[in-house]
Amino acid sequence: MSELDLQSGERLPHYVSPAPFDPYSVEAMTPAQERFYRASQWQMIWWRLRRHRVAVAAGMVLLALYVMILFCEVLAPYGLDSRNSDFIYAPPQSVHFVERGRLVAPFVYAYNYRLDMTNLRRVYTPDETRPQPIRFFCHGDGYRFWGLFPGDFHLVCPPAGGQLFLLGTDRLGRDMLSRIIYGARISLTVGLIGVAVSFTLGILIGGIAGYYGGWTDILIQRGIEVVQSFPHLPLWMALSAILPVTWSPLLVYFGITIILGMIEWTHLARAVRSKLLSLREEDFCTAAVLMGATPARIIGRHLLPSFMSHLIASATLVVPSMILGETALSFLGLGLRPPITSWGVLLNEAQNISVVALYPWLMLPVVPVIVTVLAFNFFGDGLRDAADPYH
Amino acid sequence: MLGYLVRRILIMVPTLIAISIVIFVIIHLPPGDYFTTYIAQLQSQGEGANLAKIAFLKAQYGFDLPLWQQYLYWAGGLLRGDMGYSFAYDLPVTKVVGDRLFLTFLVSFTTIVFTYVVAFPIGVYSATHQYSLSDYLLTFLGFLGLATPSFLFALVLVYLAHVWFGISVGGLMDPQYVGKPWSWAKAWSVFAHLWIPVIVIGTAGTASMIRRLRANLLDELQKQYVVTARAKGLHPLKALFKYPLRMALNPFVSDIGSLLPHVISGAAIVSVVMSLPTTGPMLLDALRSQDMYLAGSFLMFMAFLTVIGVFLSDIALAALDPRIRLQAGRQQ
Repeated sequence: MSELDLQSGERLPHYVSPAPFDPYSVEAMTPAQERFYRASQWQMIWWRLRRHRVAVAAGMVLLALYVMILFCEVLAPYGLDSRNSDFIYAPPQSVHFVERGRLVAPFVYAYNYRLDMTNLRRVYTPDETRPQPIRFFCHGDGYRFWGLFPGDFHLVCPPAGGQLFLLGTDRLGRDMLSRIIYGARISLTVGLIGVAVSFTLGILIGGIAGYYGGWTDILIQRGIEVVQSFPHLPLWMALSAILPVTWSPLLVYFGITIILGMIEWTHLARAVRSKLLSLREEDFCTAAVLMGATPARIIGRHLLPSFMSHLIASATLVVPSMILGETALSFLGLGLRPPITSWGVLLNEAQNISVVALYPWLMLPVVPVIVTVLAFNFFGDGLRDAADPYH
Repeated sequence: MLGYLVRRILIMVPTLIAISIVIFVIIHLPPGDYFTTYIAQLQSQGEGANLAKIAFLKAQYGFDLPLWQQYLYWAGGLLRGDMGYSFAYDLPVTKVVGDRLFLTFLVSFTTIVFTYVVAFPIGVYSATHQYSLSDYLLTFLGFLGLATPSFLFALVLVYLAHVWFGISVGGLMDPQYVGKPWSWAKAWSVFAHLWIPVIVIGTAGTASMIRRLRANLLDELQKQYVVTARAKGLHPLKALFKYPLRMALNPFVSDIGSLLPHVISGAAIVSVVMSLPTTGPMLLDALRSQDMYLAGSFLMFMAFLTVIGVFLSDIALAALDPRIRLQAGRQQ
C-alpha cells in the first residue's frame, strides 16, 4: 500500500481487509453490560429490592424470625409448659453485668418472695446479696426437638439452683419468654398457610373471571363484593364458632388457618382478574390461542408467570392481616386453644384491666406481633415497588 | 344521575339476598341447634326441660321444616322487622337488641367522622412536607397504628384514662343512665364516654387513610398543571386547594367501602374488651351459645350497615365526579 503514491483525483484501488469480519461488533457488550441487559426478571426484582433499604431490613427481620421458629426448643430457656409453682406472676428479672464495680459475666439476682397480707399480692424483690450467673450452652429442661428427637441442650439456661425470667411469668409460673418463642411457631405459620389457601383460591377464581370475562366475570365479581361487604372479624368469629369443640387442637389450627384464608382471597382474586383482563389482549396470548393451547395452559404457562411477582407482593401484604386476625380470634377465645400456644393465646391471659395494672408483662406478646406485622408491611411495600422492574 | 341511582339500587338487592343466604348457612352449619344444647345442659343439671314449650317454639320457628323453608321464613321476618326469637334470653330478638343497634351505628359513624377529621389535615401535611422529619414521624406512627392489635390498645387506653382522668370507662354511659329513656343528660354521658372507643377503633383506619391521601396528593402535585400554576405565581395555598386536593379527595370518598368493614370489625372486638353495650359482646355470646337467630340478626345488621355505607359512598362519588356517572350511563 505504501508504495502507491496517491494523487488527487486518482481512483483508489479495490481493497478488502483480510481480518475476520464480525457484523455484530457494534452490538457487542462488555460482560458487565451483558449481565445488566440480559438479566432475568427475577434478577432485576432482586436488584431493585436491594436498593430499598427499609425493605431489606424488614426482610432480614422476617428471615431471622422464621429461622428462629426452627430452633424454638434450643432458644427458649424453659420448656413450653414448665411450671414454677413458687414463681407465680413473677415480674421480669433484669440482667446485670456489673457487680461491685467489676464487669462480670451476665447474672441475675435471685428473687425473695413474700405474700403481702394486706392486699394478698405476691411480692418479689431481687436479693442483691445473691447474684446468680446465667449459664450458656447448657443442659436444662428436656424436650423433644420438633416433637421427634429427645434433647436437653439450650442456648441459655437459668442459673444453677436459680431462675431466669427475663420477661416474667404467668399465672402458672410459666416463663413468658419461652412461651413467646414457642408461640412464634404457631403465629408465624398461621399467616403462611392462610396465605397459601387464599393464594390458591384467588388465582383459581380470579383466573377464571379474568380469562373468560363476560357473564362468568360479572357473577364472580358480584360474589367477591358479597364476601367483601362482610366485616371480617364477625364473620371469622361466626365461622370459628362452627368448628366442633371435639376437634383436636391441631385440627382447630388448620381449621382456623383455612377460615382466615377463605375470606382474604378476594383481594388476590381481584388483582389476578384485572391483570389477566389486560394481559389476555397481548399478542403473545393471541399467538398461544392460535396455536391451539388450552385455557389452562395459557393461564398457567403464559399469563400467570408474567404477573407472579405482583401476586407474591400482594400476598406478602395479606399475611399481616391474617396474623392480626388470628391474634384477635384467639384473644376472644374463639381461635386457637391451649395447649396450642400462639401469641393470641398468650394475650388471652391479658384480657382485663387488672392485668394491665398488676401484671403488665403479660401484654408483652404484643411486641412480636407488632414487629412481625410491621416487617411484613415494609417488606411487602418494597417488594411491590420492585415487582415491576420494567417500569 | 337517576339512571345510575336506579342501577346501583338494583345491584344492592341481590347482594343483600346473597348475604342473607350466606349468613343463614353459617348459623345453621354447627351440628345440632340451640335446643339440643339447652336440653343437654338442663339434663346434666338433673332438671327436666319444659318440653312442651320447646316443642311449641320449634313448631313456631319451623325447625322441622326443610332448610329452604326455614330460610324463607327467616328472611320474610327480617323484611317485616321481625328478627326471630332469642332462645337464650327467651325474648324476641328485637327486644333483646334494644339500643344496641343504634349504639353500634353511633360508634361506627362517629369513628368514620373522626377518621376523616384526623386523616385529612395530617395527610395533606405529610404530602406537602414530603420527606421532612415530621413526615417520617407521622408515617411511622401510622404504621404503628396499623400494626397494633386494637383490643390491646383499648385495654391500655382504658387503664390510662382511669389512672390519669379517673373516669370509669367500661360501657358507653354512666351507670345511672343504663336502661333509662334517652335524655340530654344521657346523651351527654354517652358523648363523654365515646371518645376512647372511637380513638381505638379509628386508629387503624386513620393510618391507612393518611397513607392513601398522601400518595394520591403526591401523584397529583407532580403533574404539570400544578407546576404551571406555580410557575405563573399562583398563591401556593390556592395551587394546592383549587385542583390537586379536589382530585385527591375522590379516593377519600370511595374508601368508605373498604373502611366500613374495618370499622365494624374493630368495633366488634373493642366493644368486647371495653364491654360496650353494642352488638359486639352480644354477638360473641350468641355465637358461643348457638343462639342462632340473635347471631344471625347481628351479622345481618353489620353486613347491612356495610352495604348501605358503600352505597352512600358510591352515590357521593358519582355526585362528585361526573366521569363516574357518565361512564355508568354509557354502559347501559
